[in-house]
Amino acid sequence: MTEMIADVSKYLMILLAAMYTYWNFRYFGAAGEKKRILCTRQNRLMFLLHFLAYGVMFLKTENWRLPVFYGVQAVFFLCYLFLYRKLYRNRSDILVNNVCFLLCVGFIILTRLSFEKSVRQFVLVVFGAAVTLVIPFIIDHAWQLSRIPWVYGLLGLALLWIVYRSGHESYGAQLSLSVGGISLQPSEFVKISFVFFAAAMFYRSTGRRQVLAVTAVAALGSALIFFVTWVFMVFAATSSRRYLGLGILGGGLASVAAWFLFSHVRVRVMAWRDPWADIDNRGYQITQSLFAVGTGGWFGMGLYQGLPGKIPVVEKDFVFSAVSEEMGALFALCVVLICLGCFIQFMMIACEMQAMFYKLIAVGLGTMYISQVFLTVGGATRFIPSTGVTLPFVSVGGSSVLSTFIMFSVIQGMYILKRNEEEEDRYETDC
Amino acid sequence: MKLTVKGGKREIGPGERANRSILCLVYAVVFLFLCLMAYVGYFLTVDREHVINNAYNARLDGFAARVERGRILGSGGEILAETRTGEDGREIRNYPYGSLFAHGVGYSVRGKTGLEQLGNFYLLTSHENLLDQAIARLSGRKSRGDCLRTCFDVKLQQLARDSLGEQNGAVIVMEPATGRILAMVSSPDFNPNTVDQDWESLVSEDNTEAQLLNRASQGLYPPGSVFKTVILLEYIREHPDDYDQYRFDCTGYFQYEGYTIQCYHGNAHGSQDLSHAYANSCNGAFASMGLELDLKGLGDTAGELLFNRDQPLAMAYSRSRFTLEEEDGDWQILQTAIGQGLTLTTPMHITMITAAVANKGVLMKPCLTDSVENAAGEKVKQFEPSVYGALMTEKEAQILTDMMELTVAEGTGSALRTESYTAAGKTGSAQFETGKETHSWFTGFAPAQDPQVVVTVVVEEGGSGGQTAAPIARSIFDACISGQKDVY
Repeated sequence: MTEMIADVSKYLMILLAAMYTYWNFRYFGAAGEKKRILCTRQNRLMFLLHFLAYGVMFLKTENWRLPVFYGVQAVFFLCYLFLYRKLYRNRSDILVNNVCFLLCVGFIILTRLSFEKSVRQFVLVVFGAAVTLVIPFIIDHAWQLSRIPWVYGLLGLALLWIVYRSGHESYGAQLSLSVGGISLQPSEFVKISFVFFAAAMFYRSTGRRQVLAVTAVAALGSALIFFVTWVFMVFAATSSRRYLGLGILGGGLASVAAWFLFSHVRVRVMAWRDPWADIDNRGYQITQSLFAVGTGGWFGMGLYQGLPGKIPVVEKDFVFSAVSEEMGALFALCVVLICLGCFIQFMMIACEMQAMFYKLIAVGLGTMYISQVFLTVGGATRFIPSTGVTLPFVSVGGSSVLSTFIMFSVIQGMYILKRNEEEEDRYETDC
Repeated sequence: MKLTVKGGKREIGPGERANRSILCLVYAVVFLFLCLMAYVGYFLTVDREHVINNAYNARLDGFAARVERGRILGSGGEILAETRTGEDGREIRNYPYGSLFAHGVGYSVRGKTGLEQLGNFYLLTSHENLLDQAIARLSGRKSRGDCLRTCFDVKLQQLARDSLGEQNGAVIVMEPATGRILAMVSSPDFNPNTVDQDWESLVSEDNTEAQLLNRASQGLYPPGSVFKTVILLEYIREHPDDYDQYRFDCTGYFQYEGYTIQCYHGNAHGSQDLSHAYANSCNGAFASMGLELDLKGLGDTAGELLFNRDQPLAMAYSRSRFTLEEEDGDWQILQTAIGQGLTLTTPMHITMITAAVANKGVLMKPCLTDSVENAAGEKVKQFEPSVYGALMTEKEAQILTDMMELTVAEGTGSALRTESYTAAGKTGSAQFETGKETHSWFTGFAPAQDPQVVVTVVVEEGGSGGQTAAPIARSIFDACISGQKDVY
């Protein structure tokens, strides 16, 4: 009987995710009241999906901690949605919904992979959600944010310095720092300070000097995501094809240089080109990931029916493969589409913002977010070499969760700022 | 959507210009994601099967919890492997033909080999109809896995096995036009039904028999005179217009710079043209030919014939080896030209070369599997013959065919002379250790001008190819061509 329920739920969950995704895109075309209705429906779908997944996991494991954990999570989601509703009259429901949906998928798959890790993740999520709840308020009320580029710059440099002095390398590229048992990755936050810095610089002017200053900072960061974000921001700020061309050219040269300079870059590219040649060693992770995605197929093996644990660091870089293996490639692709939907939402907000400073922040954060999604999903499916990037809100990791919360809250804040302004305008014209 | 920016000739502000750029970026990102998702779709529909059917994929074993491993069938539907569930619910793999298909079908305890490994994914996938699957699920029974129908002709396999008898070696029977492998025997063999119990003795260090090795595709042998086909092809390529002018006067011994190359048992062949030198397998002629050849060109030709290359085989195999450099010296060249030296090859590789000759120069990928059908016998998937590529031109293939035909008609392949069909082939007697009898080779096809089957035989320490290997091939050709198969 359990088997039957698990089987039916598997297909039902894919259906729910598909409907959620469909409404997510319908939202872009909908107007006014219709949007509210769509978002309420999305909430129902998410809670149903959450319930089904934990129901199946409970039936499979008969672990009584699961229903309790489920209950706590459900309360958290309800509180989060309720608080946003109470605190911010002009919020973007779709953004809040998507945050909850991605977190929900993350909780499900992490609980499946490791109960302990998912509990720790949950605590971090609650912390992140609570702290960043105030960010939209700050964005809405602080007018001087665009005036202090050097503060962001120095903050970023300070973070980099901390990493340089006391960080340690893991899996070749990611630099992390241990504080009281929790591993922090300052680079996650450097990214955000970089976007603010660049936006503030370009807001002053888009002359050569500013572009150079920002380029220097991006070069310091030297990570791929910085680079893409830099190119996108420069292009949005200047609309100059020349900068875009130069950026792409520079990126090409930098990649070649990275190939010769860093052995871990070579290792990853080799493992990508022919993982089967060294399946025991360098190709192990990616081939296990391909086995997971391939064996799961379109509809997945069902929760607890696969072997996602075979993939090294599955809960971080390869969480997409775990979702795909057990919940189905269709489900996993829905998650990717929702991430893409978030990005489009970010960009729409960027277009609506009048001030160049806010526009650029939205572009920068959006680019940063979608690059991460692309790198991790592409890496897990061997579309591109694996880069050791996590899937925001779904993968395990405190820094990743916190920085993603900050990103979404800043964008949310700008949306609220815009709506409030519009309301004031309307109020003035009415009088 | 607010994203669209109205075009027009009026001045546009920096904000609008930025919005246009943003729109471009959004399009670029959406396009990239569409590519990514299309790629994932391609992976799941096209690449999936061969990617996940890998010995490193432990997940397939998870399928076994839900699906009863399917049967492996002969081309006539005979059961070569099946799963039996004992009273205690334990599943046992049963091989009704015992050791007959030991290497081709393989085993599935202590790892998997042969078709048990190659077809693992199909055997553990069930295409039973959905109602049956649902009933099975509800009643706690496993669904029945799909059956893998092979190309093996059970009678032919039996005949090949019997012809080889107690001798060590290998026999391969293949259709040159499709690449279907009708029989593949490797001797000595083992009983897959008891491989688990016999394991210790099979892998013991004292065991010099190597029963687990599939000699057909993994056994590396010196090719002996069979390699003269390669030398011949290179000679024809270097002398496209006047190769028929070639003459060599054979005294039974060829001497060069103090080295002596002897023909088989020192027989003097007399004056030989190229076809007779090949047909009579004249060592002197080929040794002297080797000295004239462009070694770089010979290396290239050997490469085109898949020496030192990956072979188009799904089953486990060994790569053939061929090395000859300018600085190797005359002795090495003389030896290599008559198929000795450092050259090593497998019966399957030689079969592929012969099959290319028989099929107008084009090699079809050798295949063991015909189709996949569900437990009820409905076809789920058909494996179509696929082309590997041309190993030589059609003209070259025709020349080689004629010379191989002459080998049977007038040369060393006399054992295959018969009224009922014309065979073509090449014999070989390969020395591998001084003081020991030579390995006996035959490779060929019949009928010569309309080839239906290619047969390759290796008998370890079997003596001369014409006397030991050729008669075994003869019995197989008789069965295939003259339809005497039914006798067995």
